[in-house]
Amino acid sequence: MKKPELLVTPGSVDELIKQIEAGADAFLIGEQRYGLRLAGEFTREEVKEAIRIAHEHGKKVYVAVNALFHNNIANELDEYVTFVEQAGADAIVFGDPAVIMAVRETGAAIPMHWNPETTATNYYTANYWGKRGAVRAVLARELSMDAVIETKEQANVQIEVQVHGMTCMFQSKRPLLGHYFEYMGKNMEIENRQGAKNMLLHDPERSNKYPIYEDANGTHIMSPNDMCIIDELQELVEAGIDSFKIDGVLQTEEYRLETTKLYRKAIDLCVDQPDQYEDEKEDLLEAAEALQPEHRPLDSGFFFKETVY
Amino acid sequence: MNGLINDAISEIVDGKRVIVKKPELLAPAGTLEKLKIAVRYGADAVYIGGQEYGLRSNAGNFTFEEMKEGVEFAKAYGAKVYVTTNIFAHNENIDGLEDYLRGVGEAGVTGIIVADPLIIETCRRVAPNVEVHLSTQQSLSNWRAVKYWKDEGLDRVVLARETTGEEMRLMKEKVDIEIETFIHGAMCIAYSGRCVLSNHMTARDSNRGGCCQSCRWDYNLVEMEDGVETAITQEGDSPFAMSPKDLRLLQSIPGLIELGIDSLKIEGRMKSIHYVATVVGVYRKVIDAYCADPENFTIKDEWLEELEKCANRPAAPAFFAGTPGADEQLFGVHGKKASHDFTGLVVDYDEETQIVTLQQRNFFRPGDTVEFFGPKMETFQQVIGTVVDEDGNELDAARHPLQIVRFKVDRPVSKDDMMRKGL
Repeated sequence: MKKPELLVTPGSVDELIKQIEAGADAFLIGEQRYGLRLAGEFTREEVKEAIRIAHEHGKKVYVAVNALFHNNIANELDEYVTFVEQAGADAIVFGDPAVIMAVRETGAAIPMHWNPETTATNYYTANYWGKRGAVRAVLARELSMDAVIETKEQANVQIEVQVHGMTCMFQSKRPLLGHYFEYMGKNMEIENRQGAKNMLLHDPERSNKYPIYEDANGTHIMSPNDMCIIDELQELVEAGIDSFKIDGVLQTEEYRLETTKLYRKAIDLCVDQPDQYEDEKEDLLEAAEALQPEHRPLDSGFFFKETVY
Repeated sequence: MNGLINDAISEIVDGKRVIVKKPELLAPAGTLEKLKIAVRYGADAVYIGGQEYGLRSNAGNFTFEEMKEGVEFAKAYGAKVYVTTNIFAHNENIDGLEDYLRGVGEAGVTGIIVADPLIIETCRRVAPNVEVHLSTQQSLSNWRAVKYWKDEGLDRVVLARETTGEEMRLMKEKVDIEIETFIHGAMCIAYSGRCVLSNHMTARDSNRGGCCQSCRWDYNLVEMEDGVETAITQEGDSPFAMSPKDLRLLQSIPGLIELGIDSLKIEGRMKSIHYVATVVGVYRKVIDAYCADPENFTIKDEWLEELEKCANRPAAPAFFAGTPGADEQLFGVHGKKASHDFTGLVVDYDEETQIVTLQQRNFFRPGDTVEFFGPKMETFQQVIGTVVDEDGNELDAARHPLQIVRFKVDRPVSKDDMMRKGL
């Protein structure tokens, strides 16, 4: 059985080195000017450095260029795409078709991963972007296990799914935290909390707390729980899913490294010793639970949750 | 946007500049009744939802039979019909799509409004005569993505609500494709398509029509430091809110026309016929007045007042002139009451007796001062005299919704004119 790639999101070059040690196979990095909701900011020099180190260890680096662009940055894409290609990245991750135009016009020879976040919801559309140059589709987190597996069966492109971490529920272009402080007359707060990553929206009716933060791409609201399916990997492995992502945005480096180690073990067991995986998966889940801060329970995302419409 | 003159849109006629490229006024039509009202009140095109694949699963969506009737009705007025087919489909939605799109094609609609390439490609294959317009759900906000969809052969793109006027100008300069943009109505505060609050909070899929508007709810803001929470929203503070004011670009219509925008869209398939009639009527007047004589055009207060008669939220220009500020969101309040109640729909008028036959839509009684408005007449005030029911019995008030009543009016009215009462 094929072993799926373990893809993680390091916050720095230093962490990337530790993540190699922890067992990651591939890395998603970039900067918020072009990429969405990254665990850390990588300057161009750092991107090059990360790629050099990862390649020395036989690991892959994907660069996030998956923001929704306005004209100003769309005009810069030729230059950034060329940089990413020349830096030797293994793929460029896009959501906005402006990136396809930039890759076509520059003739950059770089594989593309299609990741429009919430809107990658069926196999036909994954294959549509495949025909336009994508080699991989990153599926929306709002799909069920059955839908993910059917998509893999019907897809002509690689399939990446998130298996752990926070997911984004909402992105607005407006600076909503800043606007609230401004409305409350707390200008000081805006300055003090510029880029703050420790704010939560409390929904008293559901007793949920949703992380909220602002960056160059606007305001992001994140899921109240961390998704974790470390004990449910079997079906996905059997289906041949190509990449398992741990999204480490808004988590600590220590959390990210420990989570990588757990999933390294889980994937290896699941592929190499499936019976052993069956025996140990509950322990792995417990170990993952032990890493959680008190206000962030684990759940299985939408893998086993019905949605209606 | 003033001062940006696009030559292709105007001509000099008898020494006077007139606009020859008049944008389409595109109105929402949640039901056949609303479609007819929108068209009669001056919409050049309407968009409707079918039974499936649209984003308002609660709207009174059209059967294929109703679509056909709507298309026939619109055609008689030279108006077009588009069908919103803008979900992001899941695998389970693929079955049945071909038949659905064939049905839409056979109903004779001009185009569909689509977000998912699955639906774009399927429509091309099974209903090739139907135009394909890219939905705002794709949050299209740059000219290179516009170029991408042009190269893919789309007929029109609807821009993201986050697009500024300046950004539209560059898109128009760089790409030869029809551009549609929202001018009025409620808006997502998120980038459309990039919000799944409903999925998380109520297990309803927002990108398949299940949105429960969680963005209009109240929240408390909390700061978390080393595992310790501090409330930022204090007792007595207004809660954290992210509800946007409604979009209103009435004052920017001249700018949009000069930019050469092809279609100006009003939001609101769930809104009442009174809303549709009022908003379409006002924008019809604004567009016509500007196009006829752009140099002497001014915004009339009465147009803004007219919009207030059906507005249930404060309004703002949103992104047209740049990123909106805190004052374009609603804190501590969730809306407001419109200044007028919709009290009746004219079903008939007898010129000889000057008696109007009216379908009651809200409470009124003899002695009330009301106003009548319609697409072909000057709005006028009327004091209501004796009111009788269908059998000629005198009434002390018109109390029952949809009740048919009659009374005398001072000026002629016609079918589908409306009566409203100030509050």
